[in-house]
Amino acid sequence: MADIVVRAEGVVKEYRMGSNVVKALNGVNLEIVRGEYISLMGPSGSGKSTLFNMIGALDHPTGGNIYIDRQNMSQLSMSQIAWFRCHRVGYIFQNYNLLYVMTALENVTLPMIFAGLSVTERNDKGVELLKMVGLGDRTHHRPDELSGGQCQRVAIARALANDPTIILADEPTANLDMTTGREIINLIKELNVRHKVTVISATHDPKMLDVSDRVVNIRDGMIERIRNRDEIEIEIGKVGGH
Amino acid sequence: MAQHDQGQIEQQIELPFVESVRISFQSLMIRFWRSIITTAGITLGIAFLVSVWTNSEISEAMKVSGRTDQITSFEEEESTGGISIKDRWLILMSLIVCVVGIANSMLMAVTERFREIGTMKCLGALDRFVVRLFLLESGFQGLAGAVVGALIGCIGSILLNLKDFGLDVFFYFPFFPAVGDDGTVRYGVLLIILGGCVLGMILAVIGAAFPAWRAAKLPPAEAMRTEV
Repeated sequence: MADIVVRAEGVVKEYRMGSNVVKALNGVNLEIVRGEYISLMGPSGSGKSTLFNMIGALDHPTGGNIYIDRQNMSQLSMSQIAWFRCHRVGYIFQNYNLLYVMTALENVTLPMIFAGLSVTERNDKGVELLKMVGLGDRTHHRPDELSGGQCQRVAIARALANDPTIILADEPTANLDMTTGREIINLIKELNVRHKVTVISATHDPKMLDVSDRVVNIRDGMIERIRNRDEIEIEIGKVGGH
Repeated sequence: MAQHDQGQIEQQIELPFVESVRISFQSLMIRFWRSIITTAGITLGIAFLVSVWTNSEISEAMKVSGRTDQITSFEEEESTGGISIKDRWLILMSLIVCVVGIANSMLMAVTERFREIGTMKCLGALDRFVVRLFLLESGFQGLAGAVVGALIGCIGSILLNLKDFGLDVFFYFPFFPAVGDDGTVRYGVLLIILGGCVLGMILAVIGAAFPAWRAAKLPPAEAMRTEV
């Protein structure tokens, strides 16, 4: 049996807009295998970001359940959820969400402060992570002194701060140019392969297709189809052939 | 990189208080000018309140000392055994201005940082840690703003009265609390300054606590979506 790291069971999310109820997710069932690189694709408003938020415990589903490592997320206390966000998941966002008052190193070490690491431990590890993403010489720069691509690298280093099992990347390349976007995707893929981290990415960037093990298409709050690596390769082949 | 086993999910740890103080102080210093503007809101509110109140105390002291001949602005008000009705109104109005001004400064300063709060929660911050950071920040700002404001208010008021009464202001300066001949209690400028400092700090902390607590309670996804 495959080692399932994330399981979504009939996940429903409703938003209230005045008297209207908008269903962002309408019964999503999904299983994600440990160590895979999965892309959630779909147009804006399809519900992919909502699903992404549910998996990362950034929002509560209205109905259904999310299991991570067989643990039902809705049964966790606030403190356990904080621990889960701190230790199990690394988040990467479209707009980086770095704290602009902090240097690259301080941004990377912040989750380690929450995890209770000592100053020397976290500085050593922070520098090591920044070196790994290619920013060894930028540790004391603040986000406004870094380019978009460099900011996203800091965010990736920060996501890895507490050795997470899952990396959640919400449109990580949307604010970047082609080349930089490609570099960021390669970096995330490298982490996925080298460190066996499960990567879950919400995107509409076709460049992501190349590196994904599976692509989940989401439309109108439901899963439209799931394609495996081999099917994707055939499609990429077709596009390339034309 | 070590992978976590599929172990139990643990309770998040509490952060040392020193760490919170360090982060909140650093956060204030780095956005120095933004902090100064927020603090200036507090300073102005407290300066206004303290100047009006000190002025009333000095006038009263002058009246008691027999220098009533030179009091022009308050002579028509009948004293009600202490601060005149007009002065009470002035103090009340300045207090309201002070409360609203400080609450507004703090609300704006925290609301523009909802995204930051959401981000911190993503990285594993507990709600109460986020709230504590903001309480500390606003406490520092409140104290600094109020102390400066109280001093400005007091000095300003003394300067104005120097014009009317000359150096007599210093001879009869109502610095300490006192009970007048007719049994009325005078607070004295010292208490007014201290009261202004405490009030400024308390108002700043309350003004920041409310939005910070609200933001910390939100799911991070929602906090990060908030646009100001």
